[in-house]
Amino acid sequence: MPKLYSGAEIVFKCLEDQNVSHIFGYPGGAVLPIYDELKNFNSIKHILVRHEQGAGHAAEGYARSTGKPGVLLVTSGPGATNAVTALTDAYMDSVPLVCITGQVPTHLIGTDAFQECDTTGITRPCTKHNWLVKDINDLAEVMHKAFEVATTGRPGPVLVDIPKDIQFQKSKYKNYKKNKKLNGKSHDNYTQKNIDELINLISKAKKPIFYTGGGVINSGTKASELLRELVYTTGFPITSTLQGLGCFPADDNQFLGMLGMHGTYEANNAMYSCDLMINVGARFDDRITGKIDEFSPKSKKVHIDIDPSSINKNVKVDLAIVGDIKSVLTSTLKTFKKSKNNFSKSNKHQISNWWEQIQKWRSKRSLDYIGSEETIKPQYAIERLYELTKDKDTYITTEVGQHQMWAAQHYKFNKPNRWMTSGGLGTMGYGLPAAVGVQIAHPKKLVIDIAGEASVLMTMQEMSTAVQYNLPIKIFILNNEYMGMVRQWQELLHDKNYSESYTAALPDFVKMAEAYGCVGIRAKTPEELDDKIIEMLNTDRPVIFDCLVDKQENCFPMIPSGKPHNQMLLGPKDQKEKKITGKGRTLV
Amino acid sequence: MANSKSAYSFAGKKQKPDTHIIVVWVDNEAGVLARVVGLFSGRGYNIESLAVAEVDQKQNISRITIVTTGTPQVVDQIKLQLKKLVPVHKVADFKREDKNVIFKEMALFKFVANNGKLNKAFEACKNFNPVILDKTNKSNVIQITALRREIDTMSKNLKKFGLVSVSRTGAVAMTRGSEIFK
Repeated sequence: MPKLYSGAEIVFKCLEDQNVSHIFGYPGGAVLPIYDELKNFNSIKHILVRHEQGAGHAAEGYARSTGKPGVLLVTSGPGATNAVTALTDAYMDSVPLVCITGQVPTHLIGTDAFQECDTTGITRPCTKHNWLVKDINDLAEVMHKAFEVATTGRPGPVLVDIPKDIQFQKSKYKNYKKNKKLNGKSHDNYTQKNIDELINLISKAKKPIFYTGGGVINSGTKASELLRELVYTTGFPITSTLQGLGCFPADDNQFLGMLGMHGTYEANNAMYSCDLMINVGARFDDRITGKIDEFSPKSKKVHIDIDPSSINKNVKVDLAIVGDIKSVLTSTLKTFKKSKNNFSKSNKHQISNWWEQIQKWRSKRSLDYIGSEETIKPQYAIERLYELTKDKDTYITTEVGQHQMWAAQHYKFNKPNRWMTSGGLGTMGYGLPAAVGVQIAHPKKLVIDIAGEASVLMTMQEMSTAVQYNLPIKIFILNNEYMGMVRQWQELLHDKNYSESYTAALPDFVKMAEAYGCVGIRAKTPEELDDKIIEMLNTDRPVIFDCLVDKQENCFPMIPSGKPHNQMLLGPKDQKEKKITGKGRTLV
Repeated sequence: MANSKSAYSFAGKKQKPDTHIIVVWVDNEAGVLARVVGLFSGRGYNIESLAVAEVDQKQNISRITIVTTGTPQVVDQIKLQLKKLVPVHKVADFKREDKNVIFKEMALFKFVANNGKLNKAFEACKNFNPVILDKTNKSNVIQITALRREIDTMSKNLKKFGLVSVSRTGAVAMTRGSEIFK
């Protein structure tokens, strides 16, 4: 007779078979049987967070820096609802997460029991799929299927809700065979004809551009290599979304920088004026397109994406290639080599005017800012941080706001999976717990959370987690005492009525660091900045770095909402002439 | 929107909304209807009517028929988003004008009136396969099957014959001829 396992044991056996090494979680009444079993599974290490949202973001950081799914374990009721923000964040940014929640015993479901909530109901719109396991015999299959759904196709979060009585009941355990197709859903739906068409467009283009996104990163490191090969073979310029940073080296001459609302002048103008746009794993998000009626009006558009529902959702494209980036790029390069061996030479002439034009845009130096000798300019702080860490294999996470955009503009990423930021949902408080997750996955690497003082306070309690597990994460706070992005918008749109965007009574971050048992460093002047950063880098413990920056600085360049790509604001002088009016004010 | 050849020849605002009938085959499991309906409400799509029941007990498949209105772009999104749901097996979509598809809705009418009016009511229904399901000397219940707008008209016109209550299903659909939905 086969051995019988309890539900709690089955949970861990599944995690073992899925090669899970770390789970992030917080115990509570409805998951106690699972926590009790933890001691019997040595290969799985549990990281105790301080809030379930932190567990979710830490799992996201873990997933995005490794390419493996992140796992979190939380209790019923408030445990589940606290995880909702992180699940939604993962859903928006296509991060594979498996969230295991406890639930009240099956006979109490629906009675408004203590710490009961309709977890599957609440999380239905923010997960790829979720399950309430009501029969112990389904548990193993559901667990394995959860991992399959989270990681196949466009990745995303899933949730398995396990009532407490199911965790005690016993059943057989068998490993699960992965199906070829999940309910008949396949992810590579392109043909050789599509590829030929793409190559035909590439060979005709006079003003081409690659527009790449997080899909390249999600497709694995091989996809980034293939992308580089294709970009070098064609000689085309390339720009990237916020999520795609790192899939192409930022210090390469063919890279135009990030595009979109706070993208570079050259990237946005090239997007506006191109005749061929090749979207590789990006989704025409509104932060990218600006005014959609005037988005890149003269171009043929190609969209390569694994998710068929991303095609023609916001922008109608001329050629859609539905498939995994890695597989599509492999076929493209293969066909390319067969048919157009000398392409890059013959092509150089064809796109030379285009590159000349791009150089003209580049010469505007849109990321420049006015330096200062008295106060630390936030851009300068990021530049120095980059210069002093670029020789290390550094992982950067961020919170959300001005500091996030400055980090994206001024920190140069050369490898995929090194940049973790909340783009879709824009979750303030993401960066600190994400840094915890990244450091867990890469114990020897340098992990820095570039933060704002407002964001970081939202999940500050996770410093306690970092201290408990000796995670030497560096929290680099650009402290301007304002919710900077909110203040910037109020300046541009609401006549400088800074309604509630100033934080009075901020804590002393250095003392706070000491209270948490880690190290606090403060930098006040540009002169001392380098030394302080070096001091931070030489500290092998968690550090909170309070960098006091210029309080008035705004993030430029910027496409004001409701404007197309070719009407950017370049800096303080520019903004008086291009005041945002009418409909643009209602957009966010 | 000047000189746009590709992307915006298809702009959402300029399109006219059409009525579509969307048929979805799903695993008959807990919460599946909530997933489908939640997708519609969450993304701001419209549901005019909905009919759902298990059609294959062996394979545990339910068939959901949804009548919706939307521009071609919205209807495409609805289909693609539905196909992404894990319990969804396949999705079919028809325009209401499609001659190759039969659409039917059933309605139950309750009349309370004298015999003369009850007879007239039945007479008025005769084009829509009326069946008397219940009869007393001052009331009856008539079942009809018809198109949505025919039932709309009927419910209005039958008031004068003592119509006191209407119960109707959403539309269900089936292709004509030997073809089946793929």
